Amino acid sequence: MNKESHADHISQQFNSEMEELRTHFLAMGGLVEKQVGDALEALLDANSDLAAQVMKSDAKTNDMEMKIDEECRQIVARRQPAASDLRIVMSLVKAVTDLERCGDEAVKIARQAEMLAQEGTSPRGYRECRHIGNHVRKMLYDALDSFARMDVETALEVIGEEAAVDEEYNGAMRQLMTHMMEDSRAITRVLNILWVVRALERIGDHSRNIAEFVIYMVEGKDLRHNSVEEIRRRVER
Amino acid sequence: MSAENQPGKMEESAKPVNAPDDDGIHPEPPRHAIDMDSITGGREERRIENEDITLEVSNLNLFYGEKQALHGVNMKIPRKRATAFIGPSGCGKSTLLRCFNRMNDLVDVCRIEGHIRIDGDDLYDRSVDVTEMRRRIGMVFQKPNPFPKSIYENVCYGLRIQGINKKRVLDERVEWALKGAALWNEVKDRLDDSAFGLSGGQQQRLVIARCIAVEPEVLLLDEPCSALDPISTLKVEELINELKEQFTIIIVTHNMQQAARVSDYTAYMYMGKLIEFGATNQLFTNPREKHTEDYITGRYG
Repeated sequence: MNKESHADHISQQFNSEMEELRTHFLAMGGLVEKQVGDALEALLDANSDLAAQVMKSDAKTNDMEMKIDEECRQIVARRQPAASDLRIVMSLVKAVTDLERCGDEAVKIARQAEMLAQEGTSPRGYRECRHIGNHVRKMLYDALDSFARMDVETALEVIGEEAAVDEEYNGAMRQLMTHMMEDSRAITRVLNILWVVRALERIGDHSRNIAEFVIYMVEGKDLRHNSVEEIRRRVER
Repeated sequence: MSAENQPGKMEESAKPVNAPDDDGIHPEPPRHAIDMDSITGGREERRIENEDITLEVSNLNLFYGEKQALHGVNMKIPRKRATAFIGPSGCGKSTLLRCFNRMNDLVDVCRIEGHIRIDGDDLYDRSVDVTEMRRRIGMVFQKPNPFPKSIYENVCYGLRIQGINKKRVLDERVEWALKGAALWNEVKDRLDDSAFGLSGGQQQRLVIARCIAVEPEVLLLDEPCSALDPISTLKVEELINELKEQFTIIIVTHNMQQAARVSDYTAYMYMGKLIEFGATNQLFTNPREKHTEDYITGRYG
């Protein structure tokens, strides 16, 4: 299966429906990527206007989620897709939820960013946020990229990255706890940062889920709930 | 902290218990910590290796004069399962189906190489009594073909040929067959009416009743629903589901969704060759062959 494979049905109408579905998913992906990026920037630059923008844009991703769901429903009802078409439609119904949740996490980050910005800047814990933030943004980007190109190798890389993010998450937790122990007046602020780190880690999890759906779309193998080594072995078999 | 917060832990617990280490043999499907049978109702995944085989086709070639219609077909049809043949027009699926009860004998220019065995007996052996063989392997055609007789006489036609004439036995068998074909309730009060008074869907079920009255082992259905409306089609499909408790069913259909709905196994044919044969679950979600994929997703052309 390659990325053009949805474009050679006998029915031109079906082709354009599948193409639209794919385009809408990627457009929504672009929107969510921007939300995550903006939320992080709002946090690090203490920019509450940008944070407000992110929260506002959530309505848009919610709408797109429902639109994509409806498109999938229509395709199932009217086309009875089979094989790779079926796998794409069924995967997108689920992947779109992961994408929407990424948007929700971005909103959570923006909310913390707004609070922190109002209280005045303090760089504690921001380094961890920036580090994990850049990491999961790359994961989300790669997950969407692997979908756009139906590229299993990139998807496998995303799945592998998730463990690294978890490591960083645990490291950040330890660091933040140290901050709290050192200065109990900062506990509220550090807790806010902790929620951000937690949201970022969740975005990493959702990106991994999307990558797993890409593997299912391409290979027809549902390899969720396995270690990355196991997934790689089963894909190569 | 919730469990999903610790993916490392999740992976460990998701690993099947007693999974062999790195020997390359992994249990598939994975053993589940919970009893999956209680959820799936004990319907395990179908695999042809685990089936009891009724019909076995080996190296079958079929020629109409100079033209070869079937090329080296090999397949095993499992007992008491529904097997569907799909493929574009002229791919040989009906020809193959007809081979199973020697309908091609009636075509002068038809020549066959290879073997078809039912429970090990060669169908094309000289010693085979074709009439007796066709009792074991019944066939239903595209257009319902009831005889110009009463409903009752249609169903007991095959039994009378076998020399069964006792009214009590015939009554019993007619009721059994009509019930089996899900037609009894609709016709029980007018068994002596002409079969032509029935609707198309009822006629087709009557023909199926006539077929199962002689208790065949295998039921061949050649496009049994193509002349029926959607409701009658669903009734016949429901019937297929019930009949496979007792009979081996082979169905040829142009309607891929129908094949997906009724069959346990599906064979995809193209240009006289068997391209792919496997569990319907797998064939419609993740076919092995590109050609199958193109056909079932509407890319063939």
